[in-house]
Amino acid sequence: MVDNLTKTYGTGEAETRVLRGLSLRMDRGEFAALLGPSGSGKSTLLTILGTLMQPTSGGHVMLGVDLTTAGDRALTDFRNRHIGFVFQFHNLLPDFTALENVIFPTAVREGRETAAARARGRDLLGRMGLADRVDFPSTNLSGGQKQRVAVARALMNRPELVLADEPTGNLDRASAAQVMELIGQINRDEGTTFLISTHDEKIAATCRRQIVVGDGMVTG
Amino acid sequence: MLYALKIASRYLLASKAQTALLLLGVALGVFIFIFMSALIGGLANYILDSIAGDLSHVSITAEVEEPALLIDQSTGQILLAKEKSAVRQASVRDEAIYVPMIAALPGVVAVSPQITGAGFMTRGAQVSQVAVIGVEPGQESAIVQLQTYLVAGSVRVGTGLVVISQTLADDLDLSVGDSIRLDTGPGITALLTVSGIYKMGQGGFYASSAYVSLDTARTLYALPQGVTGIEIKLADLMEADATALRITAVTGLNAESWTVVGGEVLSALRAQDQTGILLKTFAMVSIIIGIASSLLLSTYRRKAEIGIMRAMGASRRFVVFVFVSQGALVGLLGGVTGAGLGYLVLSQFPPRGDANPGVMPIDITEGAFGLAILLTVVIATLAAILPARSAARVDPVTAIGQ
Repeated sequence: MVDNLTKTYGTGEAETRVLRGLSLRMDRGEFAALLGPSGSGKSTLLTILGTLMQPTSGGHVMLGVDLTTAGDRALTDFRNRHIGFVFQFHNLLPDFTALENVIFPTAVREGRETAAARARGRDLLGRMGLADRVDFPSTNLSGGQKQRVAVARALMNRPELVLADEPTGNLDRASAAQVMELIGQINRDEGTTFLISTHDEKIAATCRRQIVVGDGMVTG
Repeated sequence: MLYALKIASRYLLASKAQTALLLLGVALGVFIFIFMSALIGGLANYILDSIAGDLSHVSITAEVEEPALLIDQSTGQILLAKEKSAVRQASVRDEAIYVPMIAALPGVVAVSPQITGAGFMTRGAQVSQVAVIGVEPGQESAIVQLQTYLVAGSVRVGTGLVVISQTLADDLDLSVGDSIRLDTGPGITALLTVSGIYKMGQGGFYASSAYVSLDTARTLYALPQGVTGIEIKLADLMEADATALRITAVTGLNAESWTVVGGEVLSALRAQDQTGILLKTFAMVSIIIGIASSLLLSTYRRKAEIGIMRAMGASRRFVVFVFVSQGALVGLLGGVTGAGLGYLVLSQFPPRGDANPGVMPIDITEGAFGLAILLTVVIATLAAILPARSAARVDPVTAIGQ
């Protein structure tokens, strides 16, 4: 839940207010689309929800934890355990295989790649239809495959919330549909909450809730 | 932090050419460090062996006795001047007691009681001034390695035998087995047979010296008891000052370290050592600059990846560890490679003692291989701290946005 969030970049004449008292509450298991024109504050909201950035003012509480007062170490740990990210441009680690990318969030927390993490990573890649690409270098995968690896990575630590920023924005129609189908299935099967930022009305229509942001506030 | 180490090695392997160049640079720095250590150390050993090696490391010299006062002090006469005795030799008495005491001190390798004095060698009409050194038979090479300078005969100073220098042999046209007359004072003459001829490169004192037995020297200098000095050889000549003090404390004799007369050699060695340290420091600084700049470049190149890692929950400490580990790995691999290269090159040089004049006196045992590797790992790790901190400060939002 975020309450009355504001976010300002720059100071003086260069000051830009991106969020202007935005409030939003999401419940567990929701499958929501975040809509709005460019510059409306969607990405900034996702960044704050993902604990990658602190708001200028306002409250941010998730799973009963007040994240606005937490330090970097606590936020990093919280992010690792409870939040998954899917970016528009997959953002895989290029020197790693598909499996190594998927298990990264667990390995970085445990300090090593455990057998259990490898098993879960293989299982996730299998569910993404990539069982035969497990040991492929991530650079050798197609765009759609990379994005599915990114989805698997986001789900690795069984997060309560997955934030997806234009997850299909860089994919062809077939791959986009495949990714959205997989995301929807995970939401139904595991009850993971998804907040998907998109410009695509069709993608938004597949979500059960549409949140519209405009001028730094939730408008609908 | 095994996982951070894995990522660090993966990053190094991912840019093979860049890593190879970096390792080569570090290895060269380590090679220079090792080469300079072996060269400076070898040179120091060579100088010490050839200059100070044949010196007595500690010398005990007899103090000149005060002449007996023959005037009656009760008459109120004033002593205006006194002169050293021109006849009586100063001597260390009871050397038989002191020698085993000194020999038992730690670090003492050889103790040689000696009687030295001047004399004239005569053969026919030819006369040469000579410095006579009387030593105990069997102790001829205790201080000066006479055996290694021998060019003819043997190093033997038994009764009636003398070992002379090549210069004396040339001047007096002597060879082994020839007889020679030695005059050391009014009416004291000995007829000796040349048992050996030696040649020392440094000339000077030893160029006109003759070795006789201690008993022969007693006769020549009318010294039935005592010796004129005791020469001492140590395992480590740098311990000479401390040992000289210890000997004086134990025996009450006037013991003097070789550094008193060889101070200039010592200063030159110190200057040489400092030059070596400076050059080795330059080598290490070049390693620091190489690693720091390479890792800074890597930080810049991998900014987006660092951002992704941070977004996935990697702590700043983890990121620091990844980059510091890269530095440590480069240091270790470069250090071992450089040390291996150093060993290969240095092993081509003749070992200490076998070095020929004119060849660089490189001593592989002075290479400081372990120190070079250890230092390289430490400074490579330290050099990686700045890039690592820079990496840890990467803002994930900005980095991913790129």
